[in-house]
Amino acid sequence: MVCSVSICAGEIFELKAELNSDKKEKKKEAVKKVIASMTVGKDVSALFPDVVNCMQTDNLELKKLVYLYLMNYAKSQPDMAIMAVNTFVKDCEDANPLIRALAVRTMGCIRVDKITEYLCEPLRKCLKDEDPYVRKTAAVCVAKLHDINAQLVEDQGFLDTLKDLISDSNPMVVANAVAALSEIAESHPNSNLLDLNPQSINKLLTALNECTEWGQIFILDCLANYTPRDDRESQSICERVTPRLSHANSAVVLSAVKVLMKFMEMLPKDLDYYGTLLKKLAPPLVTLLSAEPELQYVALRNINLIVQKRPEILKHEMKVFFVKYNDPIYVKLEKLDIMIRLASQANIAQVLAELKEYATEVDVDFVRKAVRAIGRCAIKVEQSAERCVSTLLDLIQTKVNYVVQEAIVVIKDIFRKYPNKYESVIATLCENLDSLDEPEARAAMIWIVGEYAERIDNADELLESFLEGFHDESTQVQLQLLTAIVKLFLKKPTETQELVQQVLSLATQDSDNPDLRDRGYIYWRLLSTDPVAAKEVVLAEKPLISEETDLIEPTLLEELICHIGTLASVYHKPPSAFVEGSRGVMHKRLPLGGDIGGSPAMGAGFGAAPAVMPASLNAPVGGGLGDLFDLGGGVGMPMGAYIPPKTVWLPAMKAKGLEISGTFARRAGVIQMELILTNKAMSVMTDFAIQFNRNSFGLAPAGPLQVLTPLGPNQTIEVSLPLSTVGPVMKMDPLNNLQVAVKNNIDVFYFSCQYPISMLFVEDGKMERQVFLATWKDIPNDNESQFQIKDCHLNSDAASSKLQGSNIFTIAKRTVEGQDMLYMSIKLSNGIWVLAELRVQAGNPNYTVSTGTGEGRRTTLLKEREI
Amino acid sequence: MIGGLFIYNHKGEVLISRVYRDDIGRNAVDAFRVNVIHARQQVRSPVTNIARTSFFHVKRSNIWLAAVTKQNVNAAMVFEFLYKMCDVMAAYFGKVSEENIKNNFVLIYELLDEILDFGYPQNSETGALKTFITQQGIKGQFQTKEEQSQITSQVTGQIGWRREGIKYRRNELFLDVLESVNLLMSPQGQVLSAHVSGRVVMKSYLSGMPECKFGMNDKIVIDKAGKGGVTDEVGKSDLGGGGSTSGKQSIAIDDCTFNQCVRLSKFDSERSISFIPPDGEYELMRYRTTKDIILPFRVIPLVREVGRTKLEVKVVIKSNFKPSLLAQKIEVRIPTPLNTSGVQVICMKGKAKYKASENAIVWKIKRMAGMKESQISAEIELLPTNDKKKWARPPISMNFEVPFAPSGLKVRYLKVFESKLNYSDHDVVKWVRYIGRSGIYETRC
Repeated sequence: MVCSVSICAGEIFELKAELNSDKKEKKKEAVKKVIASMTVGKDVSALFPDVVNCMQTDNLELKKLVYLYLMNYAKSQPDMAIMAVNTFVKDCEDANPLIRALAVRTMGCIRVDKITEYLCEPLRKCLKDEDPYVRKTAAVCVAKLHDINAQLVEDQGFLDTLKDLISDSNPMVVANAVAALSEIAESHPNSNLLDLNPQSINKLLTALNECTEWGQIFILDCLANYTPRDDRESQSICERVTPRLSHANSAVVLSAVKVLMKFMEMLPKDLDYYGTLLKKLAPPLVTLLSAEPELQYVALRNINLIVQKRPEILKHEMKVFFVKYNDPIYVKLEKLDIMIRLASQANIAQVLAELKEYATEVDVDFVRKAVRAIGRCAIKVEQSAERCVSTLLDLIQTKVNYVVQEAIVVIKDIFRKYPNKYESVIATLCENLDSLDEPEARAAMIWIVGEYAERIDNADELLESFLEGFHDESTQVQLQLLTAIVKLFLKKPTETQELVQQVLSLATQDSDNPDLRDRGYIYWRLLSTDPVAAKEVVLAEKPLISEETDLIEPTLLEELICHIGTLASVYHKPPSAFVEGSRGVMHKRLPLGGDIGGSPAMGAGFGAAPAVMPASLNAPVGGGLGDLFDLGGGVGMPMGAYIPPKTVWLPAMKAKGLEISGTFARRAGVIQMELILTNKAMSVMTDFAIQFNRNSFGLAPAGPLQVLTPLGPNQTIEVSLPLSTVGPVMKMDPLNNLQVAVKNNIDVFYFSCQYPISMLFVEDGKMERQVFLATWKDIPNDNESQFQIKDCHLNSDAASSKLQGSNIFTIAKRTVEGQDMLYMSIKLSNGIWVLAELRVQAGNPNYTVSTGTGEGRRTTLLKEREI
Repeated sequence: MIGGLFIYNHKGEVLISRVYRDDIGRNAVDAFRVNVIHARQQVRSPVTNIARTSFFHVKRSNIWLAAVTKQNVNAAMVFEFLYKMCDVMAAYFGKVSEENIKNNFVLIYELLDEILDFGYPQNSETGALKTFITQQGIKGQFQTKEEQSQITSQVTGQIGWRREGIKYRRNELFLDVLESVNLLMSPQGQVLSAHVSGRVVMKSYLSGMPECKFGMNDKIVIDKAGKGGVTDEVGKSDLGGGGSTSGKQSIAIDDCTFNQCVRLSKFDSERSISFIPPDGEYELMRYRTTKDIILPFRVIPLVREVGRTKLEVKVVIKSNFKPSLLAQKIEVRIPTPLNTSGVQVICMKGKAKYKASENAIVWKIKRMAGMKESQISAEIELLPTNDKKKWARPPISMNFEVPFAPSGLKVRYLKVFESKLNYSDHDVVKWVRYIGRSGIYETRC
């Protein structure tokens, strides 16, 4: 280890003497030695006063060295750092602009509160300095200061000065001001600091042509945050950004691509310019692949996103993604991924020939991925399936262990996509049974044997051979083996009775794994009670697997497109997944399409307008969707379930002075009844207890009412009572009516209240997509209902995230003719599923909701109050 | 933005460490060493995330440069900056090596302070930097006020890459068209992919602030000119005669990128390349073409397995350009299996050797004229192995240098205008040279 090397006292002493020498040269050499020690991690903070003493010099080189030392150690010696302030302040007034800039730059790097106070005045002057070099340095200094003390920056009005610098005559000053403002704005998501409007955008676009390559990146990244008002503005910005695509700096190109990809969303697809733009994007993206390998990697990760968002851009460029023998492995793997995304009927022959070539390379990961890619091609391009399968068979013949295993895994997927088509290859697969040592491959092979048991003569022998080491297998293999043997038994019951007995007892009696045990028991019971039903369940027709399983989820993709060129696009994760704190966590979204004609307010997607609904106090049915929307707060804010306001349930005059008001809430999966008990009588109340009558959802107190101290006159106590849903059930009218009895030392009082259905929505109410689709279709018409929610000014995404807080989960979203359709699922505490479709038309505050559940008797009751 | 920048030697010792942001601690230096430099496995990505800190690295020979951040930075920018940093260092003290870095560490800190402020890259043009940061210490104190303001206006100015007041007795410029031709060919001679990536490198020794205009046989420009009836400037050009074998008038350029001195908006609207050049050597443009490429050599491989312990290899190369031109530095690399025990080679021309350490037969030919062909045959003895894994058969690769541009690009003109000084376009001495080199030029066998 190089760091934490201790430095001996003698050395320190020697350096001290040299630092205090009269000779300039000697002094300088000494400071250099100090810096060298600092670099390798030695602690030279003991020399602080001696080094700072060297600061008062007119030798610029010495000064810079001392500054470097100061930046490192000022924080550990704040009191002594003050000694340097005078020199800084003086230097900020120096005649030489280079020295003025140096002083203000360094001062901003010293993160000591006391020094920061002294920084304000010099900084203010430097921001208005006549020399652009000083101004551009001061602009960055504002960002530094903001990082140390945000409040100070605001109080001193530096933000306004910084904003003024956007109109500076010098392009570099503009670029740095933009960079600083963008960073500051990230920590104040709603401040609208940058105040982007057509005028300021125009200024930025002008500066874009004149500033350094780095400045161009800052400006383009800032432009990407702007949402144009209409398609015309969008087009004119695009026109002025496209020349950047020919810049030698790849980062400039990628940032320009980001702006174009984002603003293109707003252009009507039938516009000529739209087509031109699409064509213009391909060549620069391809050129990025001739950059250095590290940049190629960044470019490829981004192209992967672009190809998913707009496949048409690069559909003819397959060849450039062919892997070169000398490419670094990270480039190879990324290219392979993109090749598969671009694979189509037109180019599949070429792609397959390449993939076969790659499967003979040395790098194991790469070879595996290549083999897997062949399988993905088969699934994606149906016409090629046969060729893919024969290629895979060729590869299996090579007998290279990992190639064989990988090939078997993908062949299983091919069987899932094209059942009963390629079973002729099973014989070849079975030959390799012994060489499989990876769980995934073993599981795949077992699945194949079980699925096609009737066509494999010795299926029982094959499966039996696995059974010997059952307990040493991984769970994946064990589960697969269990299912496969049950399938085999159902297909050939006579010869395999013993085998199935054996596997069932292994799974249920000798295993500690609950999944395996449960599955074993299910099969056992099924087989013993109703073999016909067992056959229907176990040998049911399986849904075909979908073409692309590895696509990035659309909302994430949209967000990542807004982050092209950045780390987020390299990791394929939103910034919130790897950035700490509040910075950069704001979710970015693409603007709405130009065909829709959405209003800008909705297009921006931020700062949802709070829609104030008429108070639902007097409405008998509380807790509708409208109320769920009612909570203020923007997108991305943490939100819990909706809680209706408290209402008075039991007035004091009816209960001998006890007043009870309350509400219901769902917190962390537990339903809570929140009560406020007020003693309006003259005497003390004690011995509280509570009980519910039977009700529709079996609500019952999960514990006693916790009123421990006696309630004195005019005292109020807040109690929250956890509820369970396992009590006795009786249908009430209205459905959500709850009759309650409260007892105290005076009497027993009765009242009834109504709870919002939404608190019965459970956390695991997110239905599988497939299941949702199937269920949605199966809902009988009678069970469906439709109604409107009026005056709700949220866009669909905001609505979706808001509803999620109340355990209403969005399963899918699609946009049809300007309407966003959200498909949602809800699960009630008694296990009933409710599916809903929410239509949101941009610009129309009214939502249309259709709901349905599989179980008719509840639907009619649910629809009116629940959504 | 960039939170810190570290430079390590191959052992993982820190040579330079500069932290710009408070969120990057000293432990980041160690984290990178432990997880990347000392990692057991080969590094699988140039971007590594360790404990929510992202590390970008590039390697130059034995030196690791790492940029560190905790934010969602522009990744492409960080890498571009790291390359730029290497260029700047190379421009100041030559090769980026451990010794040079140790000897110049004060200079490097000074540069890092100047070109990266709070993690934001600033002007990093060496031309501008050298006016106020030198290896002999800083000029600072000797400058007059005019000099100082000239420096700052250049560093921040629109033409940050060139200083005013440059004077040459003889105004001269050199243009090098450097192309690398890339090929991947199937054993049957089918072109799987081919492209030329070219660079136009200019050395300019021009006085004042000259305005330059560069023209080449770009298809779009020629077609437009043809239609518009504008007189073709090829005839007037004093730069004609590149030496390409093809009689093509114009070439289709897939894409090109330009040095920051070129006015991109003008290229976008008029497709004309106009600029004020930096002084000395720089890269004016890069381009890529994929259509009608002249492939200078064709490789015809023939590999035959004779039993399990012997391979017979025959490779024919054919040169495909004007007989009057000479290709140089020709090298053909024929990979051999790992279990090779001995090789016998016979070649008609040049020298061929089996290099066991590189697992290849290397065949070198000094010179070869156009439209010729040559042949090598080799017998490779193999040790019997029971390794199930098949030999991967890497492709046969080739290196060469030819005196023409395989893309067919020709420089039509480079005009120089300097209105303030009294020299005109005719007074400038101009030289142009075409060099075509092999990039990745492979034939599968």
